[in-house]
Amino acid sequence: MAAPAVELSGVTKSFGATQIIAGVDLAVPAGERHAIIGPNGAGKSTLFNLISGRLSPTSGTIRLEGADITGQRPAAINRRGLARSFQVTNIFPKLSVWENVRCAVLRAMGYRPIFWRGIEHLPGVAARTAEILDSIRLGHRAAMPAGMLAYAEQRALEIGISIASDARVILLDEPMAGMSHSESEHATALIREVTAGRTLLMVEHDMAVVFGLADRISVLVYGRIIATDTPERIRENRAVQEAYLGVAAA
Amino acid sequence: MTDLVERAPAGDWAGGQTEKAVRPRTGGRLGHVVPWVIAAAILLAAPQIFTSGGSLTMMSLMGIMIVFALSYNMLLGQTGLLSFGHAVYYGLGAFFTVHAMNAVTAGRLPVPLAAMPLVGAVTGLAFGIVLGAVSTRRAGTVFAMISLGLAELVASGSHILHSFFGGEEGITTNRTKMLRLFDLSFGPQIQVYYLIAVWCLICAVLMYAITRTPLGRLCNAVRENPERVEFIGYEPQTVRLTAFCLSAMFAGVAGSLAAINFEIVNVSYLSLHQSGVVLLAAFIGGIGHFVGPVIGAVVVTLLQVSLSDLTEIWQLYFGLMFIAIVMFAPGGIAGLAMMHGPLIRAGTAHRLIPSYLLALVPALVMLAGLIALIEMAFRALVKAGDGTAMTLFRIPLDVAGPLPWIIALLVAGGGFLAFRATWPRVAEAWDAAATAAKEA
Repeated sequence: MAAPAVELSGVTKSFGATQIIAGVDLAVPAGERHAIIGPNGAGKSTLFNLISGRLSPTSGTIRLEGADITGQRPAAINRRGLARSFQVTNIFPKLSVWENVRCAVLRAMGYRPIFWRGIEHLPGVAARTAEILDSIRLGHRAAMPAGMLAYAEQRALEIGISIASDARVILLDEPMAGMSHSESEHATALIREVTAGRTLLMVEHDMAVVFGLADRISVLVYGRIIATDTPERIRENRAVQEAYLGVAAA
Repeated sequence: MTDLVERAPAGDWAGGQTEKAVRPRTGGRLGHVVPWVIAAAILLAAPQIFTSGGSLTMMSLMGIMIVFALSYNMLLGQTGLLSFGHAVYYGLGAFFTVHAMNAVTAGRLPVPLAAMPLVGAVTGLAFGIVLGAVSTRRAGTVFAMISLGLAELVASGSHILHSFFGGEEGITTNRTKMLRLFDLSFGPQIQVYYLIAVWCLICAVLMYAITRTPLGRLCNAVRENPERVEFIGYEPQTVRLTAFCLSAMFAGVAGSLAAINFEIVNVSYLSLHQSGVVLLAAFIGGIGHFVGPVIGAVVVTLLQVSLSDLTEIWQLYFGLMFIAIVMFAPGGIAGLAMMHGPLIRAGTAHRLIPSYLLALVPALVMLAGLIALIEMAFRALVKAGDGTAMTLFRIPLDVAGPLPWIIALLVAGGGFLAFRATWPRVAEAWDAAATAAKEA
């Protein structure tokens, strides 16, 4: 059997005396759409930061498609095929929407930061950039500075930059944060479309999105995963109801 | 004021846009060639228009400064690295060039003078690699402080290593004793001017070309958001270091050109003052646009040469001008000019002229009053030994009496009040022109 796309074993993370992640074991098979839910402060974003290399775990190992990536730098992890988005929009505000996506496309097509070839003449880059922009429905905004986009559009661009690097594993950190109902419906369809054939790991608070999109769900409470299962079984899980859904429903 | 770039309306995205992505307009092949042809024509024709020896010298200095300021902007404007030590690469390029020239002359080697800027390029590049590896690990304040420390280190080291740097007297050379091509002796300043002009054009074209490569665009991305760059698979440090080395290389060329022009290099080439001048030139011209440092280099050189003829305290005016730009026009001269681009394209820019002229008159009056106050204070406080009588704007006056002071104060204050009264008119005209431009 092939190695899981992402595999965490015994991962912990402490900041000083405070343990945020208290031993997480998780295996996400390739091609799965996996959501991580949990109350505020459960450590969901920290977990993403550990997987993507923004932080190094205190102990434990993280594997990407079987290869140990524990403690590697974000750029190295990205080059191995993992891309992420951010909860707080993290784009290049003064660059055009086109440039934002093109920078990520360059990497995906294997270009190093060279200075002896004109960027406009690199084969395939423009076509691929246009393709990504069309898929995130920002084609008409190509020339606009990214910082001038409306909020939902910036969120879409955030996803666009993440998928542009052609990673096989995508981490989306609260992609719908701050979106209106219609926008988040739209974004759900978009995410389903652009992550087809890839492994998706997603943190999200909007339960409609989570239950509509995820193949499996993990529930993270106080730095521990208390359950990992299909959406139906998670909905019925008593421990989960007490720890999380009960609170949300109240 | 009306913004010319409109923000995208909220709620539009979920509306199911179907418009296809189009690569943003980049000006086309012709749009890239035409400005360079114009630049080459200006460089070629300038000595025919400004024929005096003084202006030839000044234009040579401008060419050197353009290369230096453009190289500086590869760091500050393109990559977001604020360096306080760019003169290190300029100065070392100059010193190595002078020594190379002397070695070539002594050994009668078949090397023409025109090739000597390559020595500066290699020198700048080599020191850029070594010192850049140390300083580009971090951006922001850390980078700025390290650049300052390295500059101080090199500057003080140059005072100690007397045999290589020659101390205050410096190292001299003779540019006419090298291999002659096409019978060019490089004795006359006009030949040196054209040598500088050719190198200036080559460097500017190369630096512009670099902005349009993967490196150039990633430099912008690193400037904007280095963390995001890491998460799309690039190391910001690699991007910074590459930009730093190339920038140092072009600074080395500028140093070479200076060495050729003056035939003498001393430790002041490496000084913090020199690093400051290039920062000022880039900033005054505008770091947000490629042509900004070119404008800045021309303006700063012009001021350095002409203001120093007019007043002893020209550096004070220079500083005041820098402060005014930082406070009121952070985009520099180029930024101010570019602001009008959309209006010019829409053909509504001419509507601004009356209000600009209206504001210009009291602004000049205010400026005259301020200059009078500064010059009189300078005479009364610093140059008291020369007596209290002086001539200002060709008017004889005596700073001992109160009358000149009162008049100068009234002129400056009245000018300011009148100037301020014109601001609403300017804003109104701007809004009208911008609105008309949008409708056009």
